[in-house]
Amino acid sequence: MRDWANWAIDTAKVRGATFADARVMDIRHRDVSTKNGDVGNLSESESLGIGIRVIAGGAWGFAATDRLTREGVQACAAEAVAIAKASALAKTHDAVLAPEGPHVDTWQGPFIKDPFRIPVERQIDVLLAADKEMRRVKGVTLAEGSMSFRRIEQYYASTEGSAIHQLKMLSGAGIVATTFAGSEIQKRSYPNSFGGQHMQRGYELVESLNLVGNAQRIAEESVALHSAAQCPEGTSTIILESAQLGLQIHESVGHPIELDRVLGMEANFAGLSFLTLDKLRTLRYGSDIVNVVADARLEHGPGLGTFGYDDEGVPAQCTPIITDGLFTGYLSNRETAAAIGEKRSGGTMRTESWSNLPIIRMTNISLLPGSWKYDDLIADTDDAILMSTNRSWSIDDHRYQFQFSTEIGWEVKNGKIGRMLKNPSYSGITTEFWGSCDAICSREHWTLWGTPNCGKGQPMQTMGTGHGASPSRFRNVKIGAAFAK
Amino acid sequence: MAADHRLGPGALRELAERIIKFSDADETEVDIGAVTDALTRFANNTIHQNVAEQNLTVSVRTVVDGRTARATTNKTDDESLRRVVRAAADLARFQPKNPDLLPMLKQQKTQKVARFFPATATAMPAERARAVARVCKATATAKQTAAGIFSTAMVETAFANSRGYFAHYEQTRAEFSVTIMEKDSSGWAKANSPNIADIDPDALGASASRKATASRAPKEIPPGRYTVILEPSAVLDLVGFLFYDFAGTAVLDQRSMFNKRIGTKLFGDNITICDDVYHPLQLGTPFDGEGVPREKVLLVDRGVPRNLVYSRATAKKMKKQPTGHGFSLPNEYGEAPMNLVFTGGKASVDEMVRSTERGILVTRLWYIREVDPYEKILTGMTRDGTFLVENGKISGGIRNFRFNQSMIEMLSNVEMLGEAVRAAGEESFEMVVPAMKVRGFHFSEVTKF
Repeated sequence: MRDWANWAIDTAKVRGATFADARVMDIRHRDVSTKNGDVGNLSESESLGIGIRVIAGGAWGFAATDRLTREGVQACAAEAVAIAKASALAKTHDAVLAPEGPHVDTWQGPFIKDPFRIPVERQIDVLLAADKEMRRVKGVTLAEGSMSFRRIEQYYASTEGSAIHQLKMLSGAGIVATTFAGSEIQKRSYPNSFGGQHMQRGYELVESLNLVGNAQRIAEESVALHSAAQCPEGTSTIILESAQLGLQIHESVGHPIELDRVLGMEANFAGLSFLTLDKLRTLRYGSDIVNVVADARLEHGPGLGTFGYDDEGVPAQCTPIITDGLFTGYLSNRETAAAIGEKRSGGTMRTESWSNLPIIRMTNISLLPGSWKYDDLIADTDDAILMSTNRSWSIDDHRYQFQFSTEIGWEVKNGKIGRMLKNPSYSGITTEFWGSCDAICSREHWTLWGTPNCGKGQPMQTMGTGHGASPSRFRNVKIGAAFAK
Repeated sequence: MAADHRLGPGALRELAERIIKFSDADETEVDIGAVTDALTRFANNTIHQNVAEQNLTVSVRTVVDGRTARATTNKTDDESLRRVVRAAADLARFQPKNPDLLPMLKQQKTQKVARFFPATATAMPAERARAVARVCKATATAKQTAAGIFSTAMVETAFANSRGYFAHYEQTRAEFSVTIMEKDSSGWAKANSPNIADIDPDALGASASRKATASRAPKEIPPGRYTVILEPSAVLDLVGFLFYDFAGTAVLDQRSMFNKRIGTKLFGDNITICDDVYHPLQLGTPFDGEGVPREKVLLVDRGVPRNLVYSRATAKKMKKQPTGHGFSLPNEYGEAPMNLVFTGGKASVDEMVRSTERGILVTRLWYIREVDPYEKILTGMTRDGTFLVENGKISGGIRNFRFNQSMIEMLSNVEMLGEAVRAAGEESFEMVVPAMKVRGFHFSEVTKF
């Protein structure tokens, strides 16, 4: 890996690049799925290549190849420089990077059991056992289970002297029970939608989830939803379970704080942000109890956004995003940090693969725990709807007006959880919603969830992000609009 | 000119045969994909990303004693190819027998389609940069701000198996997309084609610019039910959510909106949909992931869902014939129509506007998600050019709306149809769809811009 990267940056320099970095990535996937008692997907894949990013003539160029001969790498580096010179035809200013010292280091994620060394038949057995439990419940029309594993070994080198080797292991697993009856399709997922829980851990994550032990419960809930009352329409207090709140953080905090979006670089596809530069350290984002960080460090937890260094060689950091309700920080890279006068990048450049250009991505964007015990929060609530497990999600291109629906809900009346509700949904304006937060549960109820499917960029890249959250309460929220006639 | 990176059917067949010889499985299938992709991205009236990628992927499926699995690599030395063949066989061995697995196909006759344009394959970064520079300059002169992409790509695909089947396909693709912004308004335009000569960046830029100008100082009007005129991109991104419902497997799994509705009148008389990869405005391989030649299928006939598409295994289970829409095996989703073609009408968008007393003209939709899978309620936002129509004229821009709309209801309320065109959006792959004038479209909330 080192030789390939060095060939790349040496060639780029010779061709006239004033800056170059190279990422060699060796990515391995395993996907296993089952459906109604049969194996669905069973596949493995591997991909090895190099991505070379350069500045030449004051403009950016990037080229990637899987031809890892000296000749192939050098041709790719030369193409990156030629592309940069073409970019210079339409430049308005020279690319400038915030300074970053060279780093020479090795980092490895915290997995215990390598999922690729676990026999695939053992993984299938777990999914088929959960599948059987779900289908034992009368009314279940579709039982599905899945596991996905990814091993990423990467080497980064730059003309500034950085040389960084990293190894990450990502695991995920989940089950879904779907029921069709009358004129409705309902479903319940465990432990979350989007393929369940995903973390930077090994097979020990799958073992900790107890998929089989939760299969019957979610199957019964899926069936019960057909006879549950419809979530009402109006304004209500809501309590969001932590997985749904994780996605709420992702959409209404994580995306709008991306500085490339704020500066207009994503305007054509992902959109802009309501968090214009004048809002930094002046906007009340939420109530006083709302504290959000972007934390890629391992001490935050083994999330999908955890690493030693980002994909332009900047060490993992913790950036305060919302501090006691005040908006205090963006996600930045070396270029955008320089553009707004920050001294250093926040370290959020990430790439899906060797073939993609790194772009600003969420790391672990987490709501810090509050002080409430979950039982106390319920007991303290007179009239609310408790919502769990995302079913649909949508937010405007400035990340301001959103609507979410969840798989299941329950009434909370006079301090107790009551009857089940189907088709729960809520909507609102980002800052009004976070401003209405009046209770956040404590660390013991806090989970670092993984969102494996975040799309951004052109060409679009899919990235995994982490979101820590504990159940929280919000007042005066609009509910039921998704199903209003 | 840039190099034409095509490997050609001869070299790909040789590679596939070499891989098949490495295998001692009962049956072996090889998919090879060679991609050359380049994209110039601009924002704030300047190029800020400019990328190129080359990759060759080899995917091997083996069958061992009635079991199948797949392994994929982009390493093409003999040792790596032997390893990927072995990995596919090892994965296959350690699983229960698959009762639905069918023998691999012998050679099939596939229809030739011409979708490779050398001018697209050999487009240079400087060519894209010059076009982007022209659009940026015009935008800056108009005191507006442009962001977008100009991309070119070439894909070569080969499919082969140990029964002697071999098929080859190649296509190119060029795409230009632009958003032009003012202080409180924006406009958008996008087009793609296999032939770069069909792409006119200056015209697309001018269209987006006009929309940004026309939607200045947007007014807020209350949410509710309105007559809407949906431009083709907006229609595409809505009806694109229907495509998997037409899969035989989706109906078998009881997760399709067509569960118990095939043969029942569901949409208006003016809605006819087929899947047709051979349509002159479509792209895609003339064979599916199992090597079955694709067929044209009438899916909805004058409002009545008539047919589904079937992979080989699904067809056997449902006592139908395979239609050539199967995904590569193994998979849990079966098949889907990827080349939807709506039957259009004759009305222009201008005629739709002229015939509307009060309504809303929508350029583009955004962040569409399914709220209810059986009633097919979708939610999402309008974006980059939303206008109020009053007394047959566009009266100005309005703030963007959130919608929650059943597709069954929408496709029952279509009053006028435009000519079906190859539309490009952001939520769905490209299809051939018309602009539509729809009554009673449900906007549930309004945003702040």
